[in-house]
Amino acid sequence: MAQASDHAHADTFPKLLAEHARLRPTRPAMRHKDLGIWRTWSWAEAQAEVRAYAAGLSDLGLKRGDHVAVVGANRPWLYWTILAAQWLGAIPVPVYADSVAEEMAYVLDHAEASFAVAQDQEQVDKLLSIREKTPRLRTILYDEPRGLRDYDHTHLHAVAGVVERGRERLKDPDFARWIEAERLAGGPDDISIMLYTSGTTGRSKGVMLTAGGCIAAARDTVAFDKLTDQDELLAYLPLAWVGDHYMNYAQALVAGFCVACPESAETVEIDLREIGPTYYFAPPRVFENLLTRILIRMEDASKLKRRMFHHYLEVARRWGEKILNGEEVPFGARLSYKLGNIFVYGPLKNVLGFSRIRTAYTAGEAIGPELFSFYRALGMNLKQLYGQTEAFLFVTAHKDGHVGAKTVGPPLPNVEIRLSDAGEVLYKSPGQFVGYFKEPEKTVETMTEDGFVRTGDAGFFDAKGELNIIDRAKDVGKLRSGELFAPKYIENRLKFFAHIKEAVAFGQDRDHATAMINIDMSAVGDWAERRGIAYASYQELAARPEVYELIAGHVAEANRGLSEEPRMAAAQVKRFVILHKELDADDGEMTRTQKVRRGFIAERYAPIITALYDGSDLVDVSTEVTFEDGRKGVISGRLRVEEAKTHAPAHAGAAGARKEAA
Amino acid sequence: MTAPLTLYGDPSARSSLARGETLLKVSDVSLSFGGVKAITKVSFDIRKGEIRAIIGPNGAGKTSMLNVINGFYHPQQGEISYRGAARARMKPYQAASQGIARTFQNVALFKGMSALDNIMVGRTLKMKRGLFWQMLRKGPAMDEEVAHRRVVEDIIDFLQIEAIRKTPVGKLPYGLQKRVELGRALAMEPELLLLDEPMAGMNLEEKEDMCRYILDLNSQFGVTIALIEHDIGVVMDLSDRVVVLEYGHKIADGVPDEVKADPRVIDAYLGVAH
Repeated sequence: MAQASDHAHADTFPKLLAEHARLRPTRPAMRHKDLGIWRTWSWAEAQAEVRAYAAGLSDLGLKRGDHVAVVGANRPWLYWTILAAQWLGAIPVPVYADSVAEEMAYVLDHAEASFAVAQDQEQVDKLLSIREKTPRLRTILYDEPRGLRDYDHTHLHAVAGVVERGRERLKDPDFARWIEAERLAGGPDDISIMLYTSGTTGRSKGVMLTAGGCIAAARDTVAFDKLTDQDELLAYLPLAWVGDHYMNYAQALVAGFCVACPESAETVEIDLREIGPTYYFAPPRVFENLLTRILIRMEDASKLKRRMFHHYLEVARRWGEKILNGEEVPFGARLSYKLGNIFVYGPLKNVLGFSRIRTAYTAGEAIGPELFSFYRALGMNLKQLYGQTEAFLFVTAHKDGHVGAKTVGPPLPNVEIRLSDAGEVLYKSPGQFVGYFKEPEKTVETMTEDGFVRTGDAGFFDAKGELNIIDRAKDVGKLRSGELFAPKYIENRLKFFAHIKEAVAFGQDRDHATAMINIDMSAVGDWAERRGIAYASYQELAARPEVYELIAGHVAEANRGLSEEPRMAAAQVKRFVILHKELDADDGEMTRTQKVRRGFIAERYAPIITALYDGSDLVDVSTEVTFEDGRKGVISGRLRVEEAKTHAPAHAGAAGARKEAA
Repeated sequence: MTAPLTLYGDPSARSSLARGETLLKVSDVSLSFGGVKAITKVSFDIRKGEIRAIIGPNGAGKTSMLNVINGFYHPQQGEISYRGAARARMKPYQAASQGIARTFQNVALFKGMSALDNIMVGRTLKMKRGLFWQMLRKGPAMDEEVAHRRVVEDIIDFLQIEAIRKTPVGKLPYGLQKRVELGRALAMEPELLLLDEPMAGMNLEEKEDMCRYILDLNSQFGVTIALIEHDIGVVMDLSDRVVVLEYGHKIADGVPDEVKADPRVIDAYLGVAH
């Protein structure tokens, strides 16, 4: 097992690639399932492919400083596009593949991309459709040729053809020497990649990260989680998201582990089971969906299986986390847990593809304590991290054995964290960005004078020195009474219920807090089915009085939780409405990373907000929706506004909390 | 009709394909069941490489026509010639071995078998080894199966049904079942593909996908396609030529624009409102 220090002098990713090809030429570097079969490339093969690819790209005219857009899902050739571009000193810019043409046009134009590498016809079509808005875009490459045969190929090339051309060119020894020199010409201060932020707050910004910074950050975390070249990962997160670039690219190239690309986005679950990754990341949403599905399926299982499942789940709940944390546990409990592992946890993890997981992370949103404990109780080392694109992901992360659902862990090695007077989290980290592309004024805004980066998140350290995040700093507001109102905190409380998919809380400068709620179609649908409640659509199901009753119960329960926390007790949800449509990124209501855009929603559904506060019971709405093909339609309906049960603050600390918040 | 089709949607762009020789010719075919006349003296042809639509109101004899073409029904009068050779009576399996494949209006798959196995069934005609060899998990039959599996995997890739490869088709939603059925027909590597309402009961997105598959099949693999479809928008966008039936009679035949303008078609099928 080779350690990261084997290649301590490699300061760019293409140089790391060469080191791995030298140190572990036959170890798998990349896998991809194609036509039903897993194909594997060793480090030596991967380096040969990337070298030929870089040669081919330079033959097409790609040169140092050019920007290359990468559009598509997780495919070996798209990861290698990033490597090949960096090899030549060009700057790769991954773009969210599911963004609509207009968003893509903005990013491509802003990033000044002259090359674009697309996965397939769908993405090529999208790129061609925005050609007028992206005048700099000269050349488009594609990975999968299907459907593209009859296209005009003057500026369009197949990746395979480019690689072939590169191979031919490399037969010329002078050119081969030049290519090698190009790789060595790169240095740690080069911009290694530009990642566009998801745009939770307005237009996305191009975050510039250096090669040296990325590698330093990845080295720290590879050591922190003891990742080695024996690890294996399934790459299924969006290429343009910092987490994907961090784990499947930076950490993979530092630790030298194998990255497996799924057959398609729909087969991820099957592929996960076949690969059995040892290191895994998923946003809380994924874990939540999995749990919901497990529970729904268990409802349909035979009585014996159901009883066994619930019995051993109870055992796991009591002892699982303690065993995982290495605490003292009575022998009987240990034995019971072992049996549970044979009958329930093992098979369950196997079905999910989690059997071999050593370290798993979740981040991006707060995770429900029950949900979090569920997976940990099964023996999965699930941890939380806190980070952002500007930091090149990691700022804090749980240490093995010191894990809690409410915190995001202590600062990582070499990361410095400070809280501003207003409670905003500021940090300085080895991987932190050097600036936003073409937006120096925004860079200045984001940095403090002494070089710390403002996260925009409000948080505090608890007694153990672990960071707790409350909400976006600018979202933490006050009710009219002056009590603290943290919308996201409330929303998360609501979303911890499986029946609630999304919630948007309001209350800034109001007398009390209110919420709009999206039900979870599969969970509530299943619940309704079991009760013989008929419905034909989301809209109809959402409007059922029984569903209102169900959700009202959850809101009351969430309020009880809030009432127990002195700082939050005042902001209990008084009134709520179940929305007639699911919030959707295509309608601009959510970001591509599935975060709600509260301001936009408040504007779009202004009549509902009025109704939430003026005491009326019904409200008429009609909303424009965008279908996947870009056409628009209108959904309209009459929604009911419901009162929710609130609770008296459990502690008499509300007054004190007010002082604290002020 | 819809955005994703614009790249191919213009039939004139593909008209070169449709100028091929006649692949199948139906001359004066009549078919009746007892006293009911399903088809009366209908003639038309299908040219190599074209997408040919058969439309008409309910009970116009469209499905009967397809059944006649693939030998399931035998017309009382008239003649059908395929690849220039006239044929009198033909069994469906003979049609299949000559390169005619079809899908059905009501999905006809083996519900308990996986999508993969269902598509493998489409390769049966191409399997050469007998039962004895197939019982062994080694040797020529195995090699043969691997080769066939490769073809089937290409089809699975083409139809983007990787995720349901191992799922029993009975558990699949209707739109996907239709896709598997198309896959099985494709596994025969047909020269002429008969599609009976390939888009019935689908939502907009599934329809668009299906359109794309049909167009890709035609343009990239050169499969000649005859399809029955009720969605007029789809038919007009998709097909090179359209034949219109009403009560078993042919009332129009031509390129979509001609057919659309034909007053008899407007009366009979599109309705006065159009």
